[in-house]
Amino acid sequence: MTSPSNPNRVNASVRAGRIDRTRTLNATVDGRPVHGRPGDTLASAMLAQGDIEVAPSIQLGRPRGVLSADCTEPNALVQLLDGACPEPMLPTTEIELREGLRAETLSGVGWLSQQRDTAGYDKKFVHTDVVVVGAGPSGIAASLAAARGGARVILVDQHRELGGMLLDGRADIAGHPATEWIGRAARELAENEQVRVLTRSAALGYYDHNYLLVAESRTDHMAVPPPSTSRQRLWHVRAKQVVLATGAHERPVVFADNDRPGVMLASAVRSYLNRYAVLPGREAVVFTTSDSAYSTALDLLGAGARVPAIVDTRPEPSARLVEQVRAAGAHVVTSAAVVATTGQHRISGVRVRGLDDDGSLTGWSSEFSCDLLAVSGGWNPAVQLFAQCGGAVRWDPVVAGFVPRTTGGRSAKVVGSARGTYDLAGCLAQGFAAGAEAATLSGFRTAPPPVPQVDGDRQGSRPRPVWLVPDESRPPERCTEHFVDLQRDATVADMYRATETGMRSVQHVKRYTTISTGLDQGKGSGVNAVGVLAEILAANSPGEVGTTTFRPPYTPVPLALFAGRTRGELYDPVRTTPMHHLHVEAGAVFEDVGQWKRARYYPRGAEDMHAAVLRECAAARTGVAVQDVSTLGRIEIVGPDAPVFLDRIYTNGFAKLAVGKARYGMMCGADGMVLDDGVSMRLAEDRYLMSTTTGGAAKVLDWLEEWLQTEWPDLDVYCTSVTEQWAAVAVVGPDSRTVVGRLAPDLDVSADSFGFMRFHETSLTGGIPARISRVSFSGELAFEVNVPRWYGEALWEATMTAGSDLGITPYGTETMHVLRAEKGFVIVGQDTDGTVTPVDLGMDWAVSKQKDFIGKRSLSRPDLVREDRKQLVGLLPTDTTTLLPEGSHLVEPDVSRQPPVPMLGHVTSSYHSAALERTFALGLISRGQQRFGDVVCVPVDGRDVEVEITSPVFYDPEGVRRDGPAQG
Amino acid sequence: MLLVRCPWCGDRDEAEFRYGGQADVDYPADPHQLDDAAWGEYLFVRANPAGSFDERWVHTAGCRRWFSLVRDTATNEMRPDIPRRREGR
Amino acid sequence: MTVPHKVETDTAAAEVATALRHGPLEHRAAEFERRSASGARGVRLREEPFLTQLDLRTSPGSSSAASVADALGLPLPAANRVSGDEHDAVLWLGPDESLIVAPDGRAESLLRTVRTAQQGGSGSVVDVSANRTTLRLSGPMAREVLEKLCSLDLHPRAFGPGDCAQTLLGRVVVVLWQLDHEPGYRIMVRCSFAEYLADLLLDAMAEFLDG
Ligand SMILES: [Zn+2]
Repeated sequence: MTSPSNPNRVNASVRAGRIDRTRTLNATVDGRPVHGRPGDTLASAMLAQGDIEVAPSIQLGRPRGVLSADCTEPNALVQLLDGACPEPMLPTTEIELREGLRAETLSGVGWLSQQRDTAGYDKKFVHTDVVVVGAGPSGIAASLAAARGGARVILVDQHRELGGMLLDGRADIAGHPATEWIGRAARELAENEQVRVLTRSAALGYYDHNYLLVAESRTDHMAVPPPSTSRQRLWHVRAKQVVLATGAHERPVVFADNDRPGVMLASAVRSYLNRYAVLPGREAVVFTTSDSAYSTALDLLGAGARVPAIVDTRPEPSARLVEQVRAAGAHVVTSAAVVATTGQHRISGVRVRGLDDDGSLTGWSSEFSCDLLAVSGGWNPAVQLFAQCGGAVRWDPVVAGFVPRTTGGRSAKVVGSARGTYDLAGCLAQGFAAGAEAATLSGFRTAPPPVPQVDGDRQGSRPRPVWLVPDESRPPERCTEHFVDLQRDATVADMYRATETGMRSVQHVKRYTTISTGLDQGKGSGVNAVGVLAEILAANSPGEVGTTTFRPPYTPVPLALFAGRTRGELYDPVRTTPMHHLHVEAGAVFEDVGQWKRARYYPRGAEDMHAAVLRECAAARTGVAVQDVSTLGRIEIVGPDAPVFLDRIYTNGFAKLAVGKARYGMMCGADGMVLDDGVSMRLAEDRYLMSTTTGGAAKVLDWLEEWLQTEWPDLDVYCTSVTEQWAAVAVVGPDSRTVVGRLAPDLDVSADSFGFMRFHETSLTGGIPARISRVSFSGELAFEVNVPRWYGEALWEATMTAGSDLGITPYGTETMHVLRAEKGFVIVGQDTDGTVTPVDLGMDWAVSKQKDFIGKRSLSRPDLVREDRKQLVGLLPTDTTTLLPEGSHLVEPDVSRQPPVPMLGHVTSSYHSAALERTFALGLISRGQQRFGDVVCVPVDGRDVEVEITSPVFYDPEGVRRDGPAQG
Repeated sequence: MLLVRCPWCGDRDEAEFRYGGQADVDYPADPHQLDDAAWGEYLFVRANPAGSFDERWVHTAGCRRWFSLVRDTATNEMRPDIPRRREGR
Repeated sequence: MTVPHKVETDTAAAEVATALRHGPLEHRAAEFERRSASGARGVRLREEPFLTQLDLRTSPGSSSAASVADALGLPLPAANRVSGDEHDAVLWLGPDESLIVAPDGRAESLLRTVRTAQQGGSGSVVDVSANRTTLRLSGPMAREVLEKLCSLDLHPRAFGPGDCAQTLLGRVVVVLWQLDHEPGYRIMVRCSFAEYLADLLLDAMAEFLDG
C-alpha cells in the first residue's frame, strides 16, 4: 500500500525503515510541496514522491537525478532559503527533513546571501583517550571495546543515529536484526559517562599529534531551535589514540549517458529501500563489477520490484549469489556491460554488450527496459582523514581500491571498509581489536570482546572494475557523454584533451579538467578519474597513477563555523587602562596600539583631529597637558647581577646609574638593529624598573628571558612583568610642576630638589602611594606619576582637579607623536623597521664605546658602516602647509622619472606643528647626516613636493625647556 | 595544532608557545674575536634539514621557560632534547 | 644601600587610600549576577578584586627556597599545583616561579617576610597585587564554559582541585586555578584584559542561562 502523494513509499510490513510514520513533515522545494516523515532526508522524501530528477547540470544543462544517498552526491544540490543565513550547495541526501524547510534546486552553483549570518557558531576543546570516527559496525565495535576498558572515548558520526551501512542492509548479528545490536550498543555508550557520542558530526580534518576538528550540526534538524544553542559547534579533539572507521563510498561506472536521471548507485538504492522505506524504481537493471550489488537486487526483488537483468562485468560471479538472485527471479548477464541508456529525461532502458577479457566489446548485444539503473563500479575506502595526517595509501588489486598502507603502529588505526574489509564479521573483529588496543595503549589495559555470530552479509569475491566502458561507435577520445565527474560535467573526452596537451600527473589532469574540484572533492569521481587516466596512459594499475592530495575539510562547512565566537566585539582581545572610561566620557577618539585602546585625541565641539592636536600640542608647550601612559611596558629586574645584565642588554651603560636615577636606554638585536627603547630606573643596588614601548612589552620580556635562560644562566637576575601593576600619567608643560606639586604635597618638586631623570616615592593627596619621575618625551618640563593600577581612576581625576585652574588639557597619542617628533625623538617601529641601527638614527651618544653589548659586534660589519646607509633626518616641505604622506619615497629632484627611479629613502613620520607653525617630517635617507640643507623631492599623487633635509631636532635644540620656567 | 611538551608544564597546544629556531647556536664567547664572515655565520646561517632538527621553543603563555626539543620536520614528530652542555638550563 | 619602598610599605597611607581603589570589573558586578544561573545546569561569575599577589622567584631546592617556605608556613608547590587553600596559597607558575596569594592588604607584611627569608640567598619577590584581578567561575557547568575557551584537558581525571596552570582562555593569558569539585575556578587575569575576558566568559555562559 502506498499513499497517492508518496507512491514510492514502501509499506511498513515490507520495510519499516528508520522513519516515524506517525508524523508528517511538510517542506517545499522550488515552491512545490514535499511531504515526508521524521527520519527522512530531503532526498528520500522527494524520492518517496517519485521526484528523482533534480536541476540540470552546470555546463551542459543535461537532465540529472539523485545519484547517491550520502555526501558523495554530485547532482541533488539545493540552496536553503530560510534560516539566519540562506546556505548554498547542500546535497539533499545530507539534509534532514524538518517542518517548514524551504529550498530551491541548484545547477551546480549556489548564491551567497547578502545577509549577515546571525546564527550562533561556537567551539569546544575536548581531550580523550580514544576518538573513533564513524559509527558503522567497526566504529561501534571499537568504541565498545575501548569504553569497556575504562578509557575516555569520543565516537563521531555524520548521521543522526548510529549504525552506518548496517542501516542500509539487512544483516543479522547474534541471531537478531543488526538494529537491535546497534540499539544495545548505543545505550551502553550513552550510559558510560566517560563516553561522548557526537552524532550529526563530521570529522573535517585530522592533523598532527592526533588533533581532529569535528563539525557538529546542532539545530538544523529542528523546526524551532532552542535559544542560545549554537547552530553548529566545532569540536577541537585531542586524542591519545585515533581509530578511523570511516567506511567506504561506492563509485559509479563510466559509460555512455551514465548521467541520466534514474541511474543510481546500487548502495544508494539499497539505502533508500532499507533505511528510508523508499523504492526508487519498479523495474531496475543492476550493473555491477562486484558482489555487493547482488544484495541490492535481492532487496529490490524482496520489495516487489522487477529486476530484468543483473549485468556483471565478471565472467564468473559467485555461484551462490547467482543462484540466489535467479531463484528470486532475476536474470544474470555475465562478462557484460551497460553501454548506453535511453529515455526522454528519466531512464527508460539500457543497452548491454558483451565484454571480452581485455575489456573490448564483443559481438552480442541486448536491451532491457527499466526505470532505474543501479550501478556499482566498486568501493573506495574513505581514506581521506587517514591521508590528511600523512598516511600513505596503496592500490589493492584484490579489493580494487586505494587502502591505507599501514593500519596501526604510531599512526591511526584504520578498521572495516575504510581499509577494504567488506565482510561484517571482519569489520566487527577489526573494530573490537582496534578499540581494545587503543584503550590499552592509552593506559587502560583490556582485551577485545568476542565477535558475535553474523549472517545475511555479502561475501567478497574479487571485483572486476571497468574504468571506461567502450562506446559502441566512438573512439574513447570522443566520449563526450561518458561522465567522470557529474558535478563538473567533465567527461572522458576532457581527460583525453588533458593528456593530449602533455599532462601525465593526476594532479595536473585534475586541475585542467576540474574533475574532483566540486563540493564532494572527488569522493565520487576521484578514483574513477585515476582509473580512466591509467587506461589512457596504459598504466598497469591505478596505483601507478596515484591519488590527488586529500585536504581538509572532509565535508564543506560554513566559514562562520571557523570564526566561531571570535567575531565583532569578541574578535580580538581589547586591552584598556583603568582610566579608559574617563577617556570615553571626555569624548576621546581611540586608536588601536597592538591590542590596546589608546586615546588618540580629545576633540572639543566640532574639532577635527588636526584642530584638536594643534590645541593639545599648544597646551603641552605653553601650559599643562596630561596623557594616560599606563600602557607602557614595565619589567622589574632584580638580582645582584642586574647591573651587569642591563649593561649587556642596553647599548648604553646602566651599571653605574645611581640609585634614585633614571636613564633612557636603547636595545638592539644581535644584528645591531634597534629592538626597543625606554627609560629604566634604578630602584636599589640590585633592582631596576625597565620600561618598554607599549607594543614591545611582551617581546622584550621574552628577549630578556632568552638571554638569561639560554646564554647567561650564571647571572643571578630575575625578571618580572609589572606592566599592569601600575597606572601612570604623563604631566607635561611649563605648568606641570605646579600640578604635580599639588598632587604630591609631601614632595619638593623644585628644580633643585627634583632633577631631570630623577624619581621619588611619595604619597598623593588621599594617601595614594606613588612613584614620580622626571622624564620627558616632549622636551618640555614633564613628570610621570605612577600609582598601583587600582588607583588609576583616582589618579586621573586628581590630576585633572589639580590642573583645572591651569587649563590642564588631556592629550592623546597623536599629540604625543607630534611633540616627540618636534624634538627628533624616534618611535621604535615607526621611524625604525628592523633595518635601522642606533648610529643610523644619529644616536651614537647612546652607544657605549667602553663596554660590550648585544649587537655591538654587528655595528662594525661592512654593511653597517657603509657610507650610503639611510640615516634619520628632518624634512621640511618648502611649502609650509604641505603634509607629506608617511611612507612616501624620497628622490633626487633632477632624476628621470622613467622607472626604475633610484629611491633615496622614505618619510617615516609627518605632522602639522603648532610650535613650528608649519608642517614637518622625519625620514630615513641615504647619507642623510651629510645632506642637511639639500633639497630633494617627494612625489605625491604624481606631483613633486620639494623638501629640505634638516637636522631631526626642530624644537628647542638647546634643551632649555626641559627644566621648565625659572621659579619665582 | 601541534602538541608541544613543555618540560615543566606538560603537553600544551602550540598556540601557547613561540618558536625559537635552531637550538645550540651559542652566542660567541667574545664576538669581537670573530671576523666578519664568522660573525655573519653566527647571525644569519641556520640549518634547515628535512628530518631530525634540534630546535628551541619558549612557553610564552605558560611558564616562560625556553627549552629545546627534537622535531622531525617532515612528520612533526617531537621528542625531548637531551640536555647537553649547559648545566644551568 | 636600598632606598625605602614607600610604594610598597607605607601601610598607614595605603589604608586611607583604600576607598579610592577600583577593581577593573567593579562596575559590572550587577551584570555578572544577572547573567549567572543556579541549579544543576548553572554557572556563576563574579570578581574577587584586590587579592594580595606576590611574584616569588626562588632557586628550586636552595636553602633560601626552604626558608621562604618556612616563613610562609606553606610548602612551595609541586609543578602545576597549588599549596595552601583559597585564602593563603602558593601557586606554581614555573620551575623557579610561584605566586603567593593572600587576602587583601597583606602585600607589605608578606613582602617583608619573604625578603627577610631570602636575605643572603638568590631570588626575588615583587608585589603584583594590582597586576591581575581575579574572576571566580563556579557551578556545575563551569567546566563546560571553560572548555569553550581553553585548550587544556580539564576533565576531572586530568585537572582537579589544587591544580593550576598558566594558559590561554581565548587569546588571553591567565592563571587558572581549580578550587573545588563543584567545580569552582579562579581565573587570574591581567587587568587590561579583564573586560574582554569577562565578555568571553559571559558569552560562553549564555547557553546555560535559559537551560
Ligand atoms: Zn611551561
